[in-house]
Amino acid sequence: MSARALLSVRDLRVGFTTEDGLLQAVDGVSFDLRPGEVLAIVGESGSGKSVTAQTMIGLTRARNSRIEGSVELAGEELMSAGDAKMRQLRGERIAMVFQDPMTSFNPVYRIGAQIVEAIRAHRPETSKAEGRARAVELLGAVGIPDPERRVDAYPHEFSGGMRQRAMIAMALALEPEVLIADEPTTALDVTIQAQILRLLEQLNRERNLATILITHDLGVVAEIADRVLVMYAGKVVEQGTLDEIFYDPQHPYTWGLLGSLTRLDQPRPKRLPQIAGSPPSLLDLPQGCPFRPRCPHEFSKCPQYPPLEARLPDAPGHCDRCWLTPEEKGEKRVVAGRIGLEAPNA
Amino acid sequence: MARFIVRRLVGMVAVLFAVSVIVFVVFMVLPKQNPAQSLAGKNATPILVENIEEEWGFDDPLPQQYLTMMKKVFTGELLQYEPRIPVDDRIVEGLPATFSLTIGAAVIWLFFGLLLGYLSAVRAGGWLDRILTGAAIAGIAIPVFLLAPVLIYLFANQLEIFPSSQYVPLSEDPGEWLNHLILPWVTLAVLMIGFYARVVRSNMLDAMDEDYVRTARAKGLSERQVMTKHVLRNSLIPVVTLFGLDFGATIAGTAIITEAIYDIDGVGLYAAEAIGNFELPPIMGVALYGAFFVVLMNTVVDVLYAYLDPRVRLGESAS
Repeated sequence: MSARALLSVRDLRVGFTTEDGLLQAVDGVSFDLRPGEVLAIVGESGSGKSVTAQTMIGLTRARNSRIEGSVELAGEELMSAGDAKMRQLRGERIAMVFQDPMTSFNPVYRIGAQIVEAIRAHRPETSKAEGRARAVELLGAVGIPDPERRVDAYPHEFSGGMRQRAMIAMALALEPEVLIADEPTTALDVTIQAQILRLLEQLNRERNLATILITHDLGVVAEIADRVLVMYAGKVVEQGTLDEIFYDPQHPYTWGLLGSLTRLDQPRPKRLPQIAGSPPSLLDLPQGCPFRPRCPHEFSKCPQYPPLEARLPDAPGHCDRCWLTPEEKGEKRVVAGRIGLEAPNA
Repeated sequence: MARFIVRRLVGMVAVLFAVSVIVFVVFMVLPKQNPAQSLAGKNATPILVENIEEEWGFDDPLPQQYLTMMKKVFTGELLQYEPRIPVDDRIVEGLPATFSLTIGAAVIWLFFGLLLGYLSAVRAGGWLDRILTGAAIAGIAIPVFLLAPVLIYLFANQLEIFPSSQYVPLSEDPGEWLNHLILPWVTLAVLMIGFYARVVRSNMLDAMDEDYVRTARAKGLSERQVMTKHVLRNSLIPVVTLFGLDFGATIAGTAIITEAIYDIDGVGLYAAEAIGNFELPPIMGVALYGAFFVVLMNTVVDVLYAYLDPRVRLGESAS
């Protein structure tokens, strides 16, 4: 864990000019990822987590996008790298697995052919037969039964879970250093989710694969993450280790996320709590803290935006953006004996 | 697959039967001169007219006439009235010219339609896209009967690069065959190029938003590979359907105007002549010929579709 960061993101900002003005999708995100570490980026839809990930591999470059900040992979700056350089790096050094395995494979090509295509994009000297053998090996490694035969199947002949396994196999084809998994389990059944998470965890352990897991589901995070980044409206609102985030959450938004988890170790609430309201439009953010309109603990300081800083003396890596004092937080986050976000007298 | 083709063949027979009945009924309902009278000539005696009626079966009840006609269609004995030669022969004689015209035009329209559509999509929103879009819409908007005379005036009369009319068989002189067909090909293709360029462009723009295109980029394919192997490849599936139908329709009838303007001695010209003379046998022959190609191309498209899109399987449940 103390090794040098493999991937280092500093003050990443991604904006898109739209007809309605500049949409700041990612606003000052910084983090480090070490080899063998699983970093979870958590947030609702539109919080900027996917844009952050796609920007790291150059997929958000467009005429209408404005990208600032720095992303370094093993000391090499990527944001100023040319498109050809980024193309070489995609798949080869940083691979990505997407949310919906149903639509992420091209329906007209065989699974094996799509894996071979990924290999040959970076190793053009690989023969079709070599590529195919490698594809069989990879499909076997991610737990696809009878890979010899399955390699020639079309995507629609696979179940959702198998497609996601095949997707992961394709991502691993060139033995990347970093794997970005963007909501890899969201489109799957719960039992399949657990299998895919176990697979990711196993790969992370066996191959020392640095993994970024993007999700809105803290249950998924609890399974495999080492560190957690909570994002809201394009900004990081809290970051820390898994234990820090789960046992000592500092930001009211994190309380809300934790409060809306179903828990088996505590009495079942009558109604599963949810965070009232919806995320603000990125084109029309409230002044100060963007969570303010949904936060029952809002007070006079909130119209000023709080910096992301460590506020706990004994946890220097645990940062958050909330003006409440740690003591107030410890008090306010307890709702009916568990962590949650609810108005004190509601 | 075999079952599918058998089923389509049965369907094809049904369609041709329906077409023949409709053509026959429409022809009988329309007001017209007694064909025996026109066959007999201006100063015919009533006896002669009667003889002709009897000989051709014009006085038989209609169902009887229909059956006789269809029997002749199948035995190849269907005769046109003047001169009395088999309709089949006339159609077969016209096929080389019509196929030369339509296949050549189809190759041109498919090639340029795909090329321009591709360029437009890859440069969507840029100046090239705008120019191509304008050109495509102009191509769609110009009617053949205006475009053809303009081309003939410019390239045949003024610049004298191409001849203005007639068809030279390929077996006779390949150079002249090509020379005589270039203007008709362009005439027939311009509208389709414009139309296909628009369709390819819009299909490609839709495909670019697909998740698998993002996957293709994420695995490090070059932009050209992403565009050709994923975006264009998948956009072609609906284009193939369209092409099959358009090509069938072009053989069946769209080529008539072009053949007439350029005096190309094909089936289209024969169809125009038959309609002008208002004679049932050639009209029936040409209508069945047209319907046959439309249905045939439909079947070819369906088979091709299953080949292009593995999710489509021909047979039991496919409809």
